[in-house]
Amino acid sequence: MNLKKHHIAFIIACALVLLITGRISVLIGFFALFGTPLFFMKELPPFASTLDRIWQYTFLTICTFIFVFLITPILIIIPLSFNVEPYFTFTEGMMSFDPAAYSLRWYQDIFHNGMTNPDAEGSAWYSDMWNNAQWVRAMRNSFFIAFFATILATSLGTLAALGLSRPEMPYRGLITGLLISPMIVPLVITATGMFFFYSDIGLAKTFPGVILAHTTLGIPFVIITVTATLSGFDQSLIRASQGMGANGWTTFRKVIMPLILPGMISGALFAFITSMDEVVAVIFLADVDQRTIPRQMFSGIREQISPTILAVATILVAISIVLLSVLEILRRRSERMRGLAPS
Amino acid sequence: MRISIHFREPNHMTSTTLDQKDISDASADALIMVDGVPLKQKLAETTKKQRSRALLLTVPLVLFLVISFVIPIGQMLFRSVHNPAGSNVLPNFAIAIQDWDGKGYPSEAMFELFVKDMQNARKKREIGKTVGNLATRMNYTIPGTRSLFTSTSRKLSKVTEGPYKEALFKIDKKWENKVIWRNLKRVSRDYTIAFYLAALDHKFDDDGDIIAADKLYQIYVSNFFKTLKLSAIITFLCLLIAFPVSYLLSILPLRTSNLLMILVLLPFWTSLLVRTTAWIAILQTQGILNNILVSIGLVSDDGRIQMIYNQTGTIIAMVHILLPFMILPLFSVMKTIPPSYMRAARSMGATPFTAYRRVYFPLTLPGIAAGTLLVFILAIGYYITPALVGGEDGLLISNLIAYHIKSSLNWSLGAALGTILLVTVLVLYWVYNKLVGIDKLSFG
Repeated sequence: MNLKKHHIAFIIACALVLLITGRISVLIGFFALFGTPLFFMKELPPFASTLDRIWQYTFLTICTFIFVFLITPILIIIPLSFNVEPYFTFTEGMMSFDPAAYSLRWYQDIFHNGMTNPDAEGSAWYSDMWNNAQWVRAMRNSFFIAFFATILATSLGTLAALGLSRPEMPYRGLITGLLISPMIVPLVITATGMFFFYSDIGLAKTFPGVILAHTTLGIPFVIITVTATLSGFDQSLIRASQGMGANGWTTFRKVIMPLILPGMISGALFAFITSMDEVVAVIFLADVDQRTIPRQMFSGIREQISPTILAVATILVAISIVLLSVLEILRRRSERMRGLAPS
Repeated sequence: MRISIHFREPNHMTSTTLDQKDISDASADALIMVDGVPLKQKLAETTKKQRSRALLLTVPLVLFLVISFVIPIGQMLFRSVHNPAGSNVLPNFAIAIQDWDGKGYPSEAMFELFVKDMQNARKKREIGKTVGNLATRMNYTIPGTRSLFTSTSRKLSKVTEGPYKEALFKIDKKWENKVIWRNLKRVSRDYTIAFYLAALDHKFDDDGDIIAADKLYQIYVSNFFKTLKLSAIITFLCLLIAFPVSYLLSILPLRTSNLLMILVLLPFWTSLLVRTTAWIAILQTQGILNNILVSIGLVSDDGRIQMIYNQTGTIIAMVHILLPFMILPLFSVMKTIPPSYMRAARSMGATPFTAYRRVYFPLTLPGIAAGTLLVFILAIGYYITPALVGGEDGLLISNLIAYHIKSSLNWSLGAALGTILLVTVLVLYWVYNKLVGIDKLSFG
């Protein structure tokens, strides 16, 4: 009954907004912002006072605003990337949903920018695009670097995490502190140090140099996720397996590995995304040949800002949504395996 | 490994379960393994083996990090006190000049060494050992002396015999200035704290005493304080925003909170540059927010608010970027607080506010400590976002370091600034470890 009262009050408020502004779009915004809290409002006990109700609604409204603050910047670039004009803002045409105001020209520009002959046909176009288009090149570099950095960070990190989570590990605090520190030490300092050192040993401005740097930066994430998985790990399983005659390798392959695999994969995903997103080390260590997507975006924002950046950003958002979904599936799987499934 | 225990006097033991007391007792000597080794010794051996095996697993990674991370940073720290320009370019003179007491002029022998070393450096042109390197280094100490060194070096090739002092004075009258020679003596030392002084807005005066730098050059200390202030503001705003959201996530049923958690994790997983770009699109003067404000009539079309390329832009973008680092630790602590505690407090007559202040809030303190320290540590060393949206006054200390390394090429000063920043961060990291424990870090 009380909830009904709320609904009536809300409908009146919406009607008022429509009357004053006369705009459907404003009403939709108002409805989304102030209606969402109603959706999450719990049935309060009968003795709850009006003040309690007002407080709960206010609290939920504040939370709605915060969630909007969190997610809007990411969602807003998606429609902006389809702008037909070279602006970073919504045009009149876009607001009135005029199809002519939308286009895919900036997505096309991802391929065309830097090509010698964008009008060529067939295989000539493909090889030109593959070899000359700046963004395509940056994407190839990004994936190449991230792939090897991930493999290195995951294998070394998992091994170390296995050691760290053993109960008899000596100097645990010290070593964990060292292994996590690449995440804590300001990137500029890490990058500066690497810039000097790698220049001395001839690794600066090479792919191996950038891969080593990214491996270093990805390691803390692997350590954190894999040790978190191992913290719920029952050490007696190892003894049980050995007791039944398995040797070290078989125990690792048949007992430890399946249990820590979700943690390993999420650690690898973290290392991958860290490398894909890293730009400071690339600025210091890489040459034009090793330009990655973030590096290209960085100079794009600084020098000639064009909506092509928004198109690339939209693709990156799509990639992170895919990675996040994979991670969520893994987390659920891991919880199920350890008997912690959500009720 | 399987341990089989053989009792020499089985009568003394009624059960095969052993507790620590039995082993440490004198009677433990009675316990001998099948291979004839006492149990105590065998246990110590096994423990040692297990410890070294665990350690061995971490060795590859530790070695890797030492080479790719620790040594580079150590080398950078070294660079902040290392001062090789003088002794690289003028090897003999650099040693000789140290005997000069700073009064009058250096001896003729020292002048001769100076001229010979300068001629040698010009002839050899080794990388890092040219007159230009020394000229640049001297220019940090006495601005405007660069050309004196380079032009003198050109003219010195004609000088073949003494007196060298007079020859130098003939080339350029500036050499008669004793200040140059005193500074050259200091520059010729291998190690110096001059760069730390510069990083703290101080310098050596001509007599070698430490004084404050000229007003115009006093930019670093104020920038450190600005960095600390902005980081504190960002951390506080993050806490303010993260607290209600984490609370909501912690009380909602698991399925709903998992769903809402995506709204927190998606920004966390989205590229930093994507988020910074988005904030540029939203906040710039012709951007979305200003357009909305104009269209609803809050600001006039020519009164658009400058929200980006200044401190405001840096704060907004960085709060958004660092928010997940506050929400995740807060959430994981709040999830463990049973809701019945609040109900119990209420039932004993506490008002909602008292119950919150006395019961709930103290229990969230570990989460607050973890989130605040993490966000502060990350904010203080931030580079990319201030560089892109900070404009002139939103630049942080990291940007100054990058400027000295990439553009002005005063590497030693950059390294000194970096060392100060690094020490600050490491102290905070140590506090974090003491208060929270690094092994408590987790993501979602």
